[in-house]
Amino acid sequence: MAEFLSLPDAIARYVDDGATVALEGFTHLIPFAAGHEIIRQGKRDLTLIRMTPDLIYDQMIGAGCAKKLIFSWGGNPGVGSLHRLRDAVEKGWPRRIDILEHSHAAMANAFEAGAAGLPLAVLRGYIGSDLPKVNDQIKFIECPFTGERLAAVPSIRPDVSIVHAQKADRHGNVLVEGIVGVQKEAVMAARTSIVTVEEVVDTLDTHPNACVIPGWVINAVARAPGGAKPSYTHGYYPRSNKFYKDWDAIARDREAFTAWLDEHVHGKTHQEA
Amino acid sequence: MSDGYTSGEMMTVTASRALRDGQSCFVGIGLPSEAANLARLTHAPNVVLIYESGTLATKPEVLPLSIGDGELCETALTTVSVPEMFRYWVQGGKIDVGFLGAAQIDKYANLNTTLIGDYTDPKVRLPGGGGAPEMATCTGEIFITLKHSKRTFVEAVDFVTTVGFGRDGTARDGVPHIGAGPTRVITDLCVMQPDPETRELTVTSIHPGVGRDEIIEATGWAIAFADDVTDTAEPSDQELHVLRALKARTETHHAAS
Repeated sequence: MAEFLSLPDAIARYVDDGATVALEGFTHLIPFAAGHEIIRQGKRDLTLIRMTPDLIYDQMIGAGCAKKLIFSWGGNPGVGSLHRLRDAVEKGWPRRIDILEHSHAAMANAFEAGAAGLPLAVLRGYIGSDLPKVNDQIKFIECPFTGERLAAVPSIRPDVSIVHAQKADRHGNVLVEGIVGVQKEAVMAARTSIVTVEEVVDTLDTHPNACVIPGWVINAVARAPGGAKPSYTHGYYPRSNKFYKDWDAIARDREAFTAWLDEHVHGKTHQEA
Repeated sequence: MSDGYTSGEMMTVTASRALRDGQSCFVGIGLPSEAANLARLTHAPNVVLIYESGTLATKPEVLPLSIGDGELCETALTTVSVPEMFRYWVQGGKIDVGFLGAAQIDKYANLNTTLIGDYTDPKVRLPGGGGAPEMATCTGEIFITLKHSKRTFVEAVDFVTTVGFGRDGTARDGVPHIGAGPTRVITDLCVMQPDPETRELTVTSIHPGVGRDEIIEATGWAIAFADDVTDTAEPSDQELHVLRALKARTETHHAAS
C-alpha cells in the first residue's frame, strides 16, 4: 500500500543521484512541485524521461540535475523553444547532456510495454524517417506471422516515475481525470513511484471506469496542492498561458534563469512553493 | 490581392475547404488547428477533430495554445490515454486525414521539425517529431499548411523527421498498410499537390492576385506548374466572419489566462 509522505521525504527516499526518472503528464498535470523539490535537493546525473520535456525539464536541466534526456517533442507548447534544453545541448551549460529522441507513438508504446512487463514495444512506426539514424534504440524486426517490417524500441522501465493527480483516498488509491496521458503506464512501468495530489479525501466518489491507480502499485503519495502549476489540474485550476509565454524571456538568458531559480525554487520550501 | 482579406486568411480558408464533412482529422497545433476548426464551424459541422493529447471529437470554443489545453478535453466526446490514441486510433487506421505544419518541407513533401544544420552540431534545434512521423504514414492522407518562403520550401530537407515521399519520391512504394501521404500543401500563395508520377510537389491552384513569379521566387527548387492550374476561390464573407470571430475569441481568452 502507498505510504503517505511529505514531498521532500518522498523525493529523498526514492530519487537517487544517477537514477532514471520519468515525471509524466501530457501537457496536463505536470508534476512541477516534485520537479522543484528534486532541484532543491540537488539531485545529479539523472536520466530524465518525458514525452514532452516542457518547462519542468527545462528548469531541471538548467539547474544541472540531468545527464541525459529521452523525449519525443522538446518545445514550449504554443510559444517556441526550450532555451535551457537548447543551451545544454548546443553549448553544454551548465553541463553537457546526451539526448535520445523518439516519436510520440514510440514513447507511448514503450511506456505501455514497460507497464506490461515486456522488454520491447513493437509498432508500425518510423517509416522513411531519419530518426532511426540518430537513435540506436530504434530497430526494425520482421513480423513472424506476416513478414511485415515493424519498428521496435526498448520498453521504458524507470527507477522511479512521478505523476500528479487530482486526489487520493486515505488508502492511497489515486484518481486521474481529464487528459490522462501516459501517467498510469508510467507508474506501472516503474520500479518505484510517487504520486502528488491536490487533496486527500475519504472516498474517491467516482464512476466504475474512471482512471484509478490503486494504492498497492504506488510507493508514496504526497499532498501538493497546486503541484501542477503553471500547467493545470482539470477541475481545480487552469493552465497559466501567461507563465508559459513569460518563461521564454526568463529561460533565454542564463542570469535571468539563475535569478528565477534562486527566487522561486531554492528560495522556497515545498510548503511555500 | 484584394483589400477584403489577408493572405493568411486566404491560406486558412483554403486549408479549411480541403476537409470534407464527416471526415475524421488528426489536428496539429497552430495553422492546422485554425483551419480544421474553421471547417467545423462552416461547411463541415460533422468533421471529427482529434488531438494527440487523446481528445476525440472535440469542439473547442477557442483555439488551444497547447495540444493539451483543458478546452479540448472539456468539449470532447471522450478523452482516451495517449497510448490508446497512437495505438488504436492512429496506428489502427481510424483517422482519415492528418493535418500538419512544419519548419521545413522539400519537393517530395518530406517534413523537418528536428533541426537545421547537422544533427551533431545543429544551427537551430527544433522541437522534434512529436506525433507527426506515425501520423504521416498511418492516416488516410495528409494535408500540410504553412507559409510560403524560400527558407521553408527547400530542395531537400536537412533531416527527414516525417516522411512525405522520401528522398527520391518512392518511399511509400510497396509498403504495406501505408496511407496516401501528403495529398495537398496549402500555402498563402497557392495549393500544391504531388505529381501522380514523380510525386514532386506541383502547383495546381493559385490564389487570387498571386503571380507565378512570386511562387517561383518563394520556392527553393524549380517548382513545376500543372498543365491545368486553376484559380483558388476567394474566401466568402461568411468564412471570413467566422474565422475573425474565432480568432478574436481566442485572443481574448488567452490574454485573460
